Amino acid sequence: CWISGQALLGSSRIIFSVLIKNLRERDLQTVRQMEDNVVLLDFWPSSFGMRVRIALAEKGIKYESHEENLLDKSPLLVEMNPVHKLIPVLIHNGKPICESLIILQYIDEVWHDKSPLLPSDPCKRSQARFWADYIDKKIYSIGKRVMMGKGEEQEVAKKELIECLKTLEGELGDKLYFGGETIGLVDVALVPFYTWFYSYETCGNFSIEAECPKLVAWAKRCMERETISKSLPDPHKIYSFVLQLKQKLGK
Amino acid sequence: THTHTKTENKVHVIIYTTEVDYSFCRFDCNMGEVKVIGSRKSQFCTRVEWALKLKGVAYEYLEEDLRNKSPLLLKFNPVHKKVPVLLHDGEPIVESLVILEYIDEKWKENPLLPQEPYERAMARCWAKFVDEKCVFGAWDACRAEGEEEKEKAIGSAQESIAFLEKQIEGKIFFGGEQIGFLDLVVGWIPLWLGVMEEAGGMKLLEAEKFPCLHEWAQNFIKIPLIKECLPPREELANYFQASLSYLRSLAANKP
Repeated sequence: CWISGQALLGSSRIIFSVLIKNLRERDLQTVRQMEDNVVLLDFWPSSFGMRVRIALAEKGIKYESHEENLLDKSPLLVEMNPVHKLIPVLIHNGKPICESLIILQYIDEVWHDKSPLLPSDPCKRSQARFWADYIDKKIYSIGKRVMMGKGEEQEVAKKELIECLKTLEGELGDKLYFGGETIGLVDVALVPFYTWFYSYETCGNFSIEAECPKLVAWAKRCMERETISKSLPDPHKIYSFVLQLKQKLGK
Repeated sequence: THTHTKTENKVHVIIYTTEVDYSFCRFDCNMGEVKVIGSRKSQFCTRVEWALKLKGVAYEYLEEDLRNKSPLLLKFNPVHKKVPVLLHDGEPIVESLVILEYIDEKWKENPLLPQEPYERAMARCWAKFVDEKCVFGAWDACRAEGEEEKEKAIGSAQESIAFLEKQIEGKIFFGGEQIGFLDLVVGWIPLWLGVMEEAGGMKLLEAEKFPCLHEWAQNFIKIPLIKECLPPREELANYFQASLSYLRSLAANKP
């Protein structure tokens, strides 16, 4: 009798605590939005860091930026991203979130009342996530091979890069943006690589615009948005950075 | 399930059992037509089946021969040409983690991901880590030959597993009291890792080194709906052995 009494109390306590937790969660989310404690651990030429800058700008979130020297990582970076020790890391009220696409989704979920990055329909959301994942798997690593490679290796990488960009161009179709009428997750995931196009083209001696005119038109359209143009460094600065890197690596 | 008892010192003792009741997963008839194009040997496909079963979604499974890919697979995943592919009323969704999130958003019962944004981000981060580091780390350790190379690969793989051990400490499942998104993603460990260890002649998930993860694996594999989707161990072992031999012969024949 005592046990069943306790069980009843226990279950109602659980129901009550779940209710409180749900209410509390919504309140907490509002409070989190009001609290302006957002820090971004970043590195100026990183396309992944640029994604987060754009998302924060789109949502109108004030934040503190800490520039990391990836050759001499700060104790803060190591503490906040002990697994990978990579940027970007978003620190929201002391809690770190790593991996740029995961950070974008986090920003979209917490600051959900302005400029949504993902659509509401589950099918369209999965398509956006697929293409963002595709960009992650391909562009950075192939682009690196274009810039650092020589001879046959470089030619193969150039061909692969154009193929990928053409695939993305196909996905864009006649839309203004990958997100439709406004920018979305895929636009934010891809446009930072536009600042690297000049470096790919110069190192590889080819023109991306000649091969993918629609994609470059899309990128220029994106650059008309202040949230994007102010978040991205000058392509010539990126190229100087690449030259320095190549010199260091003896390429 | 857990029971409370009260000792004389007013300390509540909670006893967890592994008999989690998933009989609430009934099949809903109004969910549209759901098909899975997959290979039962692939842990990435099995996790999709687990998610559908947890949500009580009825589906048709189309087994794919990966050495001879069907026109259906090539049509619905032209970009990667890989399994799994989820077809919902003819619409394809690809990449297992994307599929899991789709399933979670489309069918709201028994949520896989936590509700709170930070916890969701953590689950996603760990899922990415598991798929990128743990799975490939284990496979590298399986494939490695020569004592030095093997030891190095094992060390690296165990470093990744150590992070998982920390995550499961103090919990029955990664999802808390019930299995969730991350449990499905780590779910390859009880069977697939065991088979890889056997094929590769090595031990990664040592019970003394990783007691919590080891216990999690024992509990996870006992859940009926998890168990019923697993391929036969012998079949999987033969497949891994054959893959290893093939890769080694390729390496040996390189000029």
